[in-house]
Amino acid sequence: MTDTLTSTTAPLPESPDAPTRAPRTRRRLDGGNGGTNWWLTALIAVCSLTVLIPLYFTVVTALKTPDQLGGTGFELPTSIRWENFADAYQLTNFPRALMNTALITVGAVFLTLLTNSLVAYAIARNMHKKFFKGLYFYFLAAIFVPFPIIMLPVVKETALLGLDTPVGLILLYTVYGLSFNIFIFVAYINSIPVELEEAARLDGASTWGVFWKVIFPLLSPMNATVGILTCVWAWNDFLLPLVVLSDPSAQTLPLAQFIFQGQFNTNYPVAFASYLMALAPLLIVYVIAQKWVVSGVTRGSVK
Amino acid sequence: MTDTISRAEKPAAAPKPARTRSNIARTPRTFYWMVVPAVVIFFGLHTIPVLSGMFFSLTNYAGYGTWDLVGFSNYINLFQDDRVLNSYGFTFGFAIVSTVLVNVIALAIALGLNSKIKFQAAFRGVFFIPYVLAILIIGYVFNYLFANSFPTIFTALGLPGLSGNLLASPDFAWIGIVITTVWQAAAFNVILYLAGLQTISADLYEAAAIDGASGWRRFRSITFPLIGAYFTINMVLSFKSFLQVFDQIVALTAGGPGTSTESIALVIFRGGFQGGEYGYQMANAVVYLFVIIIVSFLQLRILQRREASFS
Repeated sequence: MTDTLTSTTAPLPESPDAPTRAPRTRRRLDGGNGGTNWWLTALIAVCSLTVLIPLYFTVVTALKTPDQLGGTGFELPTSIRWENFADAYQLTNFPRALMNTALITVGAVFLTLLTNSLVAYAIARNMHKKFFKGLYFYFLAAIFVPFPIIMLPVVKETALLGLDTPVGLILLYTVYGLSFNIFIFVAYINSIPVELEEAARLDGASTWGVFWKVIFPLLSPMNATVGILTCVWAWNDFLLPLVVLSDPSAQTLPLAQFIFQGQFNTNYPVAFASYLMALAPLLIVYVIAQKWVVSGVTRGSVK
Repeated sequence: MTDTISRAEKPAAAPKPARTRSNIARTPRTFYWMVVPAVVIFFGLHTIPVLSGMFFSLTNYAGYGTWDLVGFSNYINLFQDDRVLNSYGFTFGFAIVSTVLVNVIALAIALGLNSKIKFQAAFRGVFFIPYVLAILIIGYVFNYLFANSFPTIFTALGLPGLSGNLLASPDFAWIGIVITTVWQAAAFNVILYLAGLQTISADLYEAAAIDGASGWRRFRSITFPLIGAYFTINMVLSFKSFLQVFDQIVALTAGGPGTSTESIALVIFRGGFQGGEYGYQMANAVVYLFVIIIVSFLQLRILQRREASFS
């Protein structure tokens, strides 16, 4: 599995039946009078600048003309050059890269949700059988396989099978995410009472019917989590598209920055405009759906 | 790893008596249809590459043309290859420093965010932003900061000693990579630690406050033991992912100056794709696989023992 999965998704082996929404801990660092801790608020505010300042820097640099560079770089632009964005748009062929990234991400999320939960369901409900238990550990073991050992052979294989395309990437994300996703799906499915399925079975539902009508809807909190993690991974991934994609017109947003960087690395404002355009879509989605994203990721870790 | 897994399924597997069995006996085939396609594709795109990689590590394959079996000579050569040994040294040093920093910083921020502060939700939102940003692009931004902005700032502050480009120094370039990595990776760990902190009941702190426990004492005796599992998993996963560092190095130093910041993944990538060292780098990758497995197991062992002794 590539870096992303490993670095950005963390399973929690413990799934205590503790309430997910435990009462918010009331920690009284100020001695217990229950008021707002203003010193701590100020401290946190200062710390949050470490996140915000590089972002501010990216934005102002993207708006400058080359002769305004110099200095510390944090100065506000004296005159704004919007053409940086137009130039970056053309140089990186932005719409194409955006389209490729969006297609790959949507495809990977869609296929992952459809298949990984199904596999996890079959495994979770048959854990007492050797075959399924073995399968569970077979998939889980892959969490510890570093991507570089797969990297060289998989390039040969995808080229051979004609999978060196966005479609191939979707398949790879789906398969490489399986290890971790099964881990959290199985833990979650185990907490769903079997009685629900039995009721559906008595009404004549098949195993498929039970899955799609009963289990899949109940999985929506986990689906949200897996969806978010897969989305962030597929959108930002660099190494897998770098080695797998053979057609230059299939390049993704991070890949476009990489190639563009090599060719035009002198014009920083245009480069930063390009970076900003590549970062913006996910950043905007995050700002809009912030609460939802954070709770989704948290849920994955608590369950 | 086995430990983790068995612990994970334990609480959940318990409430299911043999009744499941009768249902499944009725429709076993469907369950096989649910998993078989996934197994086939997973085997094809994951296991086969691993196995073929292991096989080619015993050959002198260049990535093209013909090849011969050469036994373990690739492995023997690895241990005499300074470039490879350097990359292991760099990668481990980098991973250890980054793991410690990320966890200390993330835990501190999570503690702050979990206490009675104003604008709690907004701050949480801010600290999580780096998680959704591509590390490659963040690397390019930090590259410019290190090369142009920071030297200017330090000169203006009257610290000419720090006015050079950090990334241009073979001795200190790794610091720049650590800073960028920590900036990006802390976000996710903050969220996990916050999740852990929220499972701790407020009653415990009230009881401790009545007993007169100081802030540090409360952290040491209540908070830290109770988020032990989160600490373990954050340590293991961050270390494992930092051992695979690639994107930020490409963006910041490209392995330079010289080969001072070449990570293992970068050496495998370059040697394998550009250097005609396919077989040789596969041997490197196999060693790397075993190193990661051994390190992860040791970490789990040690950290879980510590975890247990607390509770």
